[in-house]
Amino acid sequence: MTVTLRVRFVRWFHQLASPPYVYRLAGQLAPWFAVTAGLLLLTGTYGGLVLAPADYLQGDGFRIIYVHVPSAYLSMLAYIIMATSAVVGFIWRIKMAHGLAVSAAPLGASFTLLALVTGGIWGKPMWGTYWQWADARLISELLLLFLFAGYMVLRASFDDREKADRVSAILAAVGVINIPIIHYSVEWWSTLHQGPTIAKLDQPSITMDMLSPLLVMILGFTIFFAWLLCKRLQGEILNREGHARWVEKLLEEITR
Amino acid sequence: MNAFVLILQRDLRLAFRRWSEIATPLMFFIIVASLFPLASSPEASQLRESGSAVLWMSALLSSLLALDGLFRTDAEDGSMEQLILSPAPFGLIVLAKILAHWAVSGVPLLLLAPFLAISFYLPLEALPTLIIALALATPTLSVLAAIGAALTVTLRGGGAIIGLLVLPLTGPVLIFGTRATEMAINGESALGPLYLLAALAVFAISVGPMAASAAIKVAME
Repeated sequence: MTVTLRVRFVRWFHQLASPPYVYRLAGQLAPWFAVTAGLLLLTGTYGGLVLAPADYLQGDGFRIIYVHVPSAYLSMLAYIIMATSAVVGFIWRIKMAHGLAVSAAPLGASFTLLALVTGGIWGKPMWGTYWQWADARLISELLLLFLFAGYMVLRASFDDREKADRVSAILAAVGVINIPIIHYSVEWWSTLHQGPTIAKLDQPSITMDMLSPLLVMILGFTIFFAWLLCKRLQGEILNREGHARWVEKLLEEITR
Repeated sequence: MNAFVLILQRDLRLAFRRWSEIATPLMFFIIVASLFPLASSPEASQLRESGSAVLWMSALLSSLLALDGLFRTDAEDGSMEQLILSPAPFGLIVLAKILAHWAVSGVPLLLLAPFLAISFYLPLEALPTLIIALALATPTLSVLAAIGAALTVTLRGGGAIIGLLVLPLTGPVLIFGTRATEMAINGESALGPLYLLAALAVFAISVGPMAASAAIKVAME
């Protein structure tokens, strides 16, 4: 029994390395993701903007949390997905893993930017400043944006795609080791500084009617991200496999 | 180990024959640091406050400036292929090259830093800490920059990209380096940040050469 399961798993794992299989899989998953994400995002937005009560300290301003927290979380998830799949691609030489890493990079960069911008908009009325240099999370997020940018620039400067895959995978791995170091060094630094007390936003224990829309939004954002990832991965596969027979067949089927 | 010493000797000899390449980043370091008071204000109190930041930033930038040629010249004249093929572990060879580079770029920086620090009115008692902090930080910077140089070894005009890839990773070194300097200026014991700098250096030296050698191998394939 266990043997057959293992054989099945290995077969499935090998199928994941095959471009036509991954292309079809992404195409089949995408509509499901799109519908679920749409429903969840609508529910979460309604719950967050209408049903949730205004915060007694922050008023309605806190409602930006429903965009800010999911995008901050997704920026990190995207980096982890990018780095993991790049390393998997590097070790086992799986092109599709590199394709996934490439597709995740611009999405991660966008969510990072969104988290920084919404954080600034939130920070102005709450902390009295758009930006706070002594906060570990802000600096880590900014450096995350730079790491995404570096990854994409490094890829773009290679003509040979396979070389770009493998070299940028090393950069992604170096970055993933560095993120915790950067985060904790800024954290220790700011605690050493003693100074700005506004940096630490004292989170009141969040009530259920505020929390549940947030959870819905996080789930909705994640599935939205998965949908975008599927679409981008499909595009990336077509880009890589443009010359392959199965793509030509696909084109014939579509144009017929 | 023999290969390590040989590469170290070879790279040092080459570096001293092309002394202008050693001198350029050092001149850059001095000039950036001495232009800064002109750009901000020549007042002693302000210079004392910004002095350590200026020194650390110029050290960081000059260590990046020096790195473009670290692997490129060998890659272009074909000797890098021979080094990859040699039976000695390639990571060790890369470590020797980084060490040679640090000896000609980092060590002179340590010797120059006290003079610049005095010109920024930093108290004399802070100088030993500053030098120790720089001595612990520059190897980490060299290793990080070497990873950047390795990733871009086959790219034409890779110099600017190295900065983009490496600078975000230098945050911790900068934080603890300036922190140690500031604590020494205030007359406190700076052992905490110095230990952290040492830890970063040990980590960078043990892991960095592997990443750099993997990157060179991939890029030269």
